[in-house]
Amino acid sequence: MAQRKYDIKSYRGFGAMTILCLVVLYAPLVVVTIYSFNASNSITVWEGLSLRWYVDVFSGPESAKFKLAAWNSFVIAIIASTIATAIATLAATAIVRGGKFRLRTASIGLISLPLMVPEIVTAVATLIFFNYIGFDRGLLTIVLAHIAFCIPFAYLPIAARMQGIEDSYEQAAMDLYATKRQVFTRILLPLMAPGIISGYLLSFIVSLDDFIITNFVKGAGIETLPTAIFGAVKQGIKPNIMAISTMLLAVSIIMVTISYIVSKSDNTK
Amino acid sequence: MPEDQSIAIDVRDAVKRYGDFTALKTISLSILDNEFFTLLGPSGCGKTTLLRMVAGFEDVTEGEIYLYGEEIKNLPPHQRPVNTVFQNYALFPHMTVLDNVAFGLEMRGRSKAQARSRAGEMLELVQLSQFSNRKPSQLSGGQQQRVALARALAPQPKALLLDEPLSALDQKLRKAMQLELKHLQRETGITFVFVTHDQEEALTMSDRIAVMSEGELQQLGAPRDIYEHPHNMFVADFIGETNLLEVSVDTIANGRATCHLGGGHELTCNQVDGIAVGAKVHMSVRPERLFISDDPAEGESLKGRVQENIFAGTDITTIINLADGPNFTVRTSNSNRGNKRIFEPGNEVFVNMELGAARLLVD
Repeated sequence: MAQRKYDIKSYRGFGAMTILCLVVLYAPLVVVTIYSFNASNSITVWEGLSLRWYVDVFSGPESAKFKLAAWNSFVIAIIASTIATAIATLAATAIVRGGKFRLRTASIGLISLPLMVPEIVTAVATLIFFNYIGFDRGLLTIVLAHIAFCIPFAYLPIAARMQGIEDSYEQAAMDLYATKRQVFTRILLPLMAPGIISGYLLSFIVSLDDFIITNFVKGAGIETLPTAIFGAVKQGIKPNIMAISTMLLAVSIIMVTISYIVSKSDNTK
Repeated sequence: MPEDQSIAIDVRDAVKRYGDFTALKTISLSILDNEFFTLLGPSGCGKTTLLRMVAGFEDVTEGEIYLYGEEIKNLPPHQRPVNTVFQNYALFPHMTVLDNVAFGLEMRGRSKAQARSRAGEMLELVQLSQFSNRKPSQLSGGQQQRVALARALAPQPKALLLDEPLSALDQKLRKAMQLELKHLQRETGITFVFVTHDQEEALTMSDRIAVMSEGELQQLGAPRDIYEHPHNMFVADFIGETNLLEVSVDTIANGRATCHLGGGHELTCNQVDGIAVGAKVHMSVRPERLFISDDPAEGESLKGRVQENIFAGTDITTIINLADGPNFTVRTSNSNRGNKRIFEPGNEVFVNMELGAARLLVD
């Protein structure tokens, strides 16, 4: 084919560069995953396949700490992503469906700002804010901070989805005697569902995996999974950390995959 | 308030402005009860805007809209007892065909069972019962169109508004749907307000047509009236094909005007109010009202020469050039060809018409 000449795949070094990128990105994850199944006490010497470190995570000496941290993480992620998704859905409805209103552009900017701001800045700012208003640090501060930074992650897929829904459906519903509320619950919400689910899963993962902000705003003695892992690593890396990381990785992959598939499913066609 | 119940929709001095742009310039028209009424005009003429004002999707800048005597311009769309068939149908993609049709009834407070049974009847009416449990995306364009129709008719609206509903269908399906729509209107007895830019469609289906252009009503009347007696140049040109010629008026007497076509040719036209002797105006005569002969016939005859024949299946179009004058397009039906003389290019002929076939137009 004549086109082949201009195909990016035919550029010199394309293959090598691709492989290099993939290796840099994924080799560490692959190594951690493989060594989580290591029978050895060492994190570098392979001694054979074993699930002992997974057993250790659930019943070893540190299991209580990890279980509590995991419980905290999931509770925080569920609460934060639920609230963030609700806020993001309303925000998307207003911004995408609200017509032209003053500060519309500013609103979009404000909502996506946390994506651009370095996380450490958000973390410090949030910490200072809580100190300033005299808020005791604890689970609640973590939840509040997570809600705040989860909103843009929930907002993006929801807004993208909403932009794809023609407003003639809402007009047709109104024309057929539906009130504004009925239009929202019977037409808009079901059509937006894939975007909402996708946004929920994405913000859930972002909350579950967050370390920097959590570390700043958490109170003494409260740990989430990422901060617990960090704490454990400071005392030396043991293979059980790899087992936890691998499980966390698995949860992330599953959720991101579901999010992707759901957002691709198009119920308007 | 109009007490007259024979008027379904009464639009009074309606104006629509978007900022500085005026989409509708003071339109007044009355749509009668149980009428198939068409708003016809090129895109941008304001016909869809007017329809959406009746439906409630656009507010009325000035003027009033009455529905059977009730002022509706301040009601939100869901409180207006009219339903719309949208150009792209706007069937709810996440609901089955049956639920789509039942939606309006449910929103009006019918129980789910009642709404569904009535929706079933509506689907029977449009012959789609076997598809009730499908999703709209699994239907063809023509079927979706009929679902949209059933959905809009199910709540028994006081008027059905149709926004170019046939424009997405192919030619054959369109013809079939035109008839079906017309029959449906008769069966249901509901007032239909139909928006289209297709003049043929409008002529075929309507009881009355309002021709619009640039936000203004150009002419309102029965299809035949609009076709045979176009009031102005826009209507004559937009509806059907016509010979549109610039003429100057020589004399006016007894409702007829003798006009100059240029090149010494004279023609007697129907006189229209507002045109005086000496005026330079336009004249319109339909190609099918003309016939060709070797010798001058009774009525009006003009001498010319055949320039070209164009064969178009059902008829033949002949272009005739008057010496030093304008061209005339003549349409001859393609029937009885054996008896008919075919005039070849170069033949000296006469273009004939009955007295009154040619009409003067106001600009």
